[in-house]
Amino acid sequence: MNERAIVCKGLTKRFGDFIAVNNISFDVDQGEIFGFLGANGAGKTTAMRMLCGLSYPTSGEAAVAGYNVFKQQEAIKRNIGYMSQKFSLYESLTVKENIRFYGGVYGLSDRQLKEKGDELITQLGMENEVKKMVGSLPLGWKQKLAFSVAIIHQPRIVFLDEPTGGVDPVTRRQFWDLIYAAAEKGITIFVTTHYMDEAEYCNRISIMVDGRIDALDTPANLKQQFRATSMDEVFYALARSAKRSAD
Amino acid sequence: MKQFMVFVRKEFHHVFRDRRTLLILFGLPIMQILLFGYALTTEIKNAQIVIADHAKDAASEQLISRIAASKYFTINSVALADNEIEAAFRKGKVKCVVVIPAGFGNDLLHGNSAQLQIIADASDPNTAKTLTNYLTAIATDYQQDLYPTANVPLRIEPLTRMLYNPEMNGSMNFVPGVMALVLMIICTTLTSVSIVREKEMGTMEILLVSPFKPTYVVLAKAVPYLVLALTDFVIILLLSVFLLEMPVRGSLPLLFLESMLFIITCLSLGLLISSVTSSQQMAMLVSMMGMMLPTILFTGFIFPLENMPVPLQVISNLVPSRWYYMIVKAVMLKGLGPGVIWKESLVLAGMTVVLLTISIKTFKTRLA
Repeated sequence: MNERAIVCKGLTKRFGDFIAVNNISFDVDQGEIFGFLGANGAGKTTAMRMLCGLSYPTSGEAAVAGYNVFKQQEAIKRNIGYMSQKFSLYESLTVKENIRFYGGVYGLSDRQLKEKGDELITQLGMENEVKKMVGSLPLGWKQKLAFSVAIIHQPRIVFLDEPTGGVDPVTRRQFWDLIYAAAEKGITIFVTTHYMDEAEYCNRISIMVDGRIDALDTPANLKQQFRATSMDEVFYALARSAKRSAD
Repeated sequence: MKQFMVFVRKEFHHVFRDRRTLLILFGLPIMQILLFGYALTTEIKNAQIVIADHAKDAASEQLISRIAASKYFTINSVALADNEIEAAFRKGKVKCVVVIPAGFGNDLLHGNSAQLQIIADASDPNTAKTLTNYLTAIATDYQQDLYPTANVPLRIEPLTRMLYNPEMNGSMNFVPGVMALVLMIICTTLTSVSIVREKEMGTMEILLVSPFKPTYVVLAKAVPYLVLALTDFVIILLLSVFLLEMPVRGSLPLLFLESMLFIITCLSLGLLISSVTSSQQMAMLVSMMGMMLPTILFTGFIFPLENMPVPLQVISNLVPSRWYYMIVKAVMLKGLGPGVIWKESLVLAGMTVVLLTISIKTFKTRLA
């Protein structure tokens, strides 16, 4: 478990003439909370899809959880969790059925499912909602549930694509408590966000501009480097140089 | 395998909790069968008829009781005078009058040709024609029962000479067509919508990131709908046998197998639609509207394909329901075996392979 969670060297993705991700390199340590920032259209999602085994890089190298993104996509998929910006549980299934479904898809045994499911429900304090349809829950709860389900199979790395979009500040805070708890258990967190206060919660952050990573360091170091008082200023300083228009 | 079952179970949860899906799944076939079986039929049932029996003998009474027993006619009244007959027509309720001349039974028994007059309200020519045909059939039937030995010269001589098969049941033409139509619509619509819904909701991404193979996602989607469509097939079959009195002359297992093949063809088509559309409305539109019209036009159960211009006949070959319709007719109505329908089955199987290959390929390449 001492190896790096993600190792990425010169990763590039082209769609025809368009270079969505341009030669990015970075490492993420096991158990680290890594913020992956960038304006819309900067290439975050494309980069993330390559790391998740959803698309092949055009060139470069990357290993996720020690597995090669070209040759071992299946092994990668078993070792990662994923939560997207779109709400990703089934609204017409109950809380329990969702847990059983996702756990089942990751091959958890019935005993594990029960254990993990109960643990998760207790942790979220959702004992009374177990039999409710997920669609009837408030958004904040759904997001917390979605996160917990994404790590139910204890992946080495969890990818969060703008997990807190549209969620109120209090719930966001609670959401980050869950993230910290997961990180303490050794799960690496790879998170994209548009909220700069959230960026401050990360151990390290990278900022993508036009497919490149233009900055990568701890929030404190970045602020110092850009002589900024907040992450907001750092982000604007970098994003202003972008030539690509956001989609 | 266990993952697969987890997925299939989830799919069933979706279906049984969505009232819209349930309505399409079970409401549509029942409605179509009832609609085509009862409403949209050229058959006329319980037509009001007036009998003018001038003979009043055993033969005329037997004939009248046969007419009364037929489900096509309800005897409105018995009249004798000409003006009564005309009055009955004027009121508009009576569609047909049968006049049995005096001495009818005598003529029949003594080998003379007996005459029968049928007067129909021809302001609706189709109805009039159909009714006279029915009556002719009943009369011919009666005569044949009187003289079971073959080749008896026609003794009751109705003025209408067109023969009609009394067994001819209007729903026979429609049921195989409706079966093809309903299965086609259900399979394509429900599979395509359910897959596109996952894309729209964002759950598809999660599934693709999971170790569950994309091909399995496609198959796990198809299995529940295969089961549900087979249930539909059984419902349609039961309705048509018990309600519409359709015969199943051929082998039932063969019919079941062929239907399964057709369902799989339609599911593959649904999968293909789902991989080229990106919203539920779009998928619904393509599979409902895009499939409904060609199916109705080119299956041959409403418009005979033989009468179509050659280019349209060629196009009709591409419509899977056309082949299934031929199979069902052959097995259900003619009682034919696999020897006769192997070609049609092969066409369906070929279509399935092509559609499935394309849809799995496009499904995968979308991810690269």
